[in-house]
Amino acid sequence: MRLLEGEFRNPSGCAISAVISRNGERMSGEKIIESMKPMHERSNGLGGGFAGYGIYPEYKDLFALHIFFSGTKAREECEAYLRGALELVKAEVIPTRTIPAITDEPLIWRYFATPLRSVLASMQVDENEYIARVVMHINITIEGAYVFSSGKNMGVFKAVGYPEDVGVFYRLEEYEAYSWTAHGRYPTNTPGWWGGAHPFALLDWTVVHNGEISSYDANRRCIEMYGYKCTLQTDTEVITYIADYLLRKQGLSLEEAAGVIAAPFWDTIARRPEAERRELEYLRTVFPSLLITGPFSIILGFTGGLMALNDRLKLRSMVTAEKGDRVYIASEEAAIRAMEPGAEHIYAPAGGEPVIVRVREGCSL
Amino acid sequence: MSGINYIYPDFEVVRRDERCIRCRVCERQCANEVHRFDPERDMLISDESKCVNCQRCVSLCPTRALKIVRSDCRLRENANWDGDTIREIYKQAASGGVLLSSMGNPKPLPVYWDKLLINASQVTNPSIDPLREPMETRVFLGKKPEKLTRDENGKLRTDLTPQLELSLPVMFSAMSYGSISYNAHASLARAATELGTYYNTGEGGLHEDFYRYGPHTIVQVASGRFGVHEDFLEAGAAIEIKMGQGAKPGIGGHLPGAKVGPDVSRTRMIPEGSDAISPAPHHDIYSIEDLRQLVWSLKEATEHRKPVIVKVAAVHNIAAIASGIARSGADIIAIDGFRGGTGAAPTRIRDHVGIPIELALASVDQRLRDEGIRNNVSLVVGGSIRSSADVVKAVALGADACYIATAAVLALGCHLCRTCQTGKCNWGIATQQPELARRLNPDIGAERLTNLMTAWKREIMELMGGMGINSIEALRGNRLMLRGVGLNDAELRILGISHAGE
Amino acid sequence: MKRVYVNEEWCLGCHLCEYNCAFANSGESDMVKALKGKTLYPRIHVEGDEQITYAVSCRHCADPLCVRSCISGALHLEEGAVCISRDKCVGCLTCVLVCPYGAIAPGPDGAALKCELCLSNGRGEPACAAGCPNRAIVYEERGEESR
Repeated sequence: MRLLEGEFRNPSGCAISAVISRNGERMSGEKIIESMKPMHERSNGLGGGFAGYGIYPEYKDLFALHIFFSGTKAREECEAYLRGALELVKAEVIPTRTIPAITDEPLIWRYFATPLRSVLASMQVDENEYIARVVMHINITIEGAYVFSSGKNMGVFKAVGYPEDVGVFYRLEEYEAYSWTAHGRYPTNTPGWWGGAHPFALLDWTVVHNGEISSYDANRRCIEMYGYKCTLQTDTEVITYIADYLLRKQGLSLEEAAGVIAAPFWDTIARRPEAERRELEYLRTVFPSLLITGPFSIILGFTGGLMALNDRLKLRSMVTAEKGDRVYIASEEAAIRAMEPGAEHIYAPAGGEPVIVRVREGCSL
Repeated sequence: MSGINYIYPDFEVVRRDERCIRCRVCERQCANEVHRFDPERDMLISDESKCVNCQRCVSLCPTRALKIVRSDCRLRENANWDGDTIREIYKQAASGGVLLSSMGNPKPLPVYWDKLLINASQVTNPSIDPLREPMETRVFLGKKPEKLTRDENGKLRTDLTPQLELSLPVMFSAMSYGSISYNAHASLARAATELGTYYNTGEGGLHEDFYRYGPHTIVQVASGRFGVHEDFLEAGAAIEIKMGQGAKPGIGGHLPGAKVGPDVSRTRMIPEGSDAISPAPHHDIYSIEDLRQLVWSLKEATEHRKPVIVKVAAVHNIAAIASGIARSGADIIAIDGFRGGTGAAPTRIRDHVGIPIELALASVDQRLRDEGIRNNVSLVVGGSIRSSADVVKAVALGADACYIATAAVLALGCHLCRTCQTGKCNWGIATQQPELARRLNPDIGAERLTNLMTAWKREIMELMGGMGINSIEALRGNRLMLRGVGLNDAELRILGISHAGE
Repeated sequence: MKRVYVNEEWCLGCHLCEYNCAFANSGESDMVKALKGKTLYPRIHVEGDEQITYAVSCRHCADPLCVRSCISGALHLEEGAVCISRDKCVGCLTCVLVCPYGAIAPGPDGAALKCELCLSNGRGEPACAAGCPNRAIVYEERGEESR
């Protein structure tokens, strides 16, 4: 029997790329698509995707849910649930372009919505927690419906195909974002599934990831204790949930979260100054099962910034560069050059060293 | 003895006379008095009926003139009534007594460790070479907070409830002074200190000489409360409440009076020569809420500076029991499987009560996760952890660390003759006779234990590296790293793993 | 210099040291051939009673009485070790008398026999220490003051 994505563990090798404007200036999706072309060989046509931040300014206070449906029945069931759970402001098909390279597309819709205040009050949760639960509910229980993007003023666009084709398919040149991330997938098992492509997203966290982590099941079984359900069995999914748990639920800073996910070795910690040493020891002791081992380079996208992080042995390539107010991150320098031939300060971050870039304070998001 | 009560000896002593140089080492070293030199005939003779096959004479014979073989004088073959069963009936018909035995369950019941196989990286991610890259085996045992807190400046508060820090996920489990010798305890205490792990006093108190190893000692409080007093509780790094033991779930310890000499008497705080028989239950714990009171009493008594371990035998309802313990305030749960060793246990209980540790561990770990309380406690498992591979499999199933005792006494020289209860251990381990205890030089004992653990640690690192894991915490509960062979659906479901090939 | 030391606390009284010594100095490669049916002439002896046992062999004194009193010059020092040229020994047994430790005894040919730390019998290290099952006999450097 051939298993569908999510029914088996599906590790992938990949290409990742990202750009952010520290001044919050909007960029169309053309450049980020360009960046994936020189890394064509890092994908195998079984998944590509993008995340853009700042793309829905007219609905920036509403959650934008991007959903794949296997058919009309799934859509109707899901919409019935959504109408009960949320106040829906707008529902529409995400515009795409018909091209030979992308086929077998599902129904792709987006919904701009907000939780009902009264429901939040009675459940004693904030709106993020509520939306996260709505997403989990749909993805676990409504067959044929899959929410693949759920943040405010941001969106994920992904498909089975090469990333440069996926960008064309979703007409990304029509979107303007202050930061973009991109992913080309090389899954080790077929079939790739649209939902299994990257970026993986929950709320406004998005993760693109290159690697195959060896700690997967330790991470999964830990994070599933906290209300997450890993339906896809991919690394990216569990990494996203870990980021959400540490950053949103535990309130860690990005640097602190990096100290959990790619914790320094004990003997490195021992050499740090007292205060820092105590903090790092504490984080490793408290969150042992959220340490991620094995090769990974990830770019975590969030409202107002990006964080790039390598595994602590740096078993995957990742470089950063700058030009003006722009910061670039990619698996290969060639990808950065494709976006900005004059990129400067090419730098390979050390294993476990988080590179955090934020839009300057005061800039409009 | 003859007639109906005569049972032909289990073992035969084979002495190749052409090799025997009459050095009489065998005679001098056998506390069971199997060997005797006959000066008239100028030869050594044997009384096999006393032989327990401990191999002491074989190991020390300088000319390899000796071997001990299983007797081939057998009863008529019968798949239902095997020889051991029949002979046990003869013994009980003669004595009217409960059969006693020692060490772990020897029956051919499934050993699930041997049906679990470990993964390794190929192509899609790299294995890691522990000779060239850092490889971490450090473990912290104890409760982890559910929610972080910060001070007024926004800095993380880094105070934790007390934790045990282990350099590798293995500790020496409880063996009391009394059941094993002073020198065995000295070996364990010194090795634990050297290795950066812990040994366990068992239910026998702590000899005054060993208080200096306190930072690497777990002190045990069991139903007999032997040797428990304020200084004892203060002396250890952690306190273990022993509710049960894998070798004999449902009953307490039994130390024969013959083993209670002056030192053991003082350490246990009982009269010399008296049998030290622990009650089957703790008489102040008849239910889970009573356990909670004892846990908190011990914490109060030590000003909350020491983690409390609750040790239970793996029995049928272990997942629910563990869940109750996790909510009782205990910091660590130790589960002992039905293959766990003992210095003395009723044979029927040893061989027929309890369940395998592999299944108990898998179901407890999953239950605690299902209830979202896995981080409230650490899980330590024992009951026949035989090698570094067993440790890796246990950690992958969900254990934080393992307890070893049989493997540790093997390192000290034990040859698993399973007659600890006689107190005549020829290897100086399970004895209190000074001339026998002297046979275990703790310099050698501590060194051999350290060697064994160092070897296991290296092997654990190799296995982890093969999986592409460079820190033990990324292995814990990582069941995708395991596959089963020859297991049925129920076993696979309980273990939470797939079959090999899936 | 390294010497043979005895920790009586760990002596089992098994007498293996005597057999290992006699074998090491027998010139034979097989213990059975070397010792079976023969009178043992070890250079180490286990002494003691029911309570305590310990092995006694030459302590290789810095200023040995045996060397001083040897009338034939057979006993001599070699880099700190007290050795005997048995071809020079006349069998007067003066050394046996003067040794305060009782570590010298006559051999089967009447010449004195004593521990030479297995320096010249090809063993490389004293066979008594190497073969002691409980490390009651050790061959180690302890410094001159601790002798």
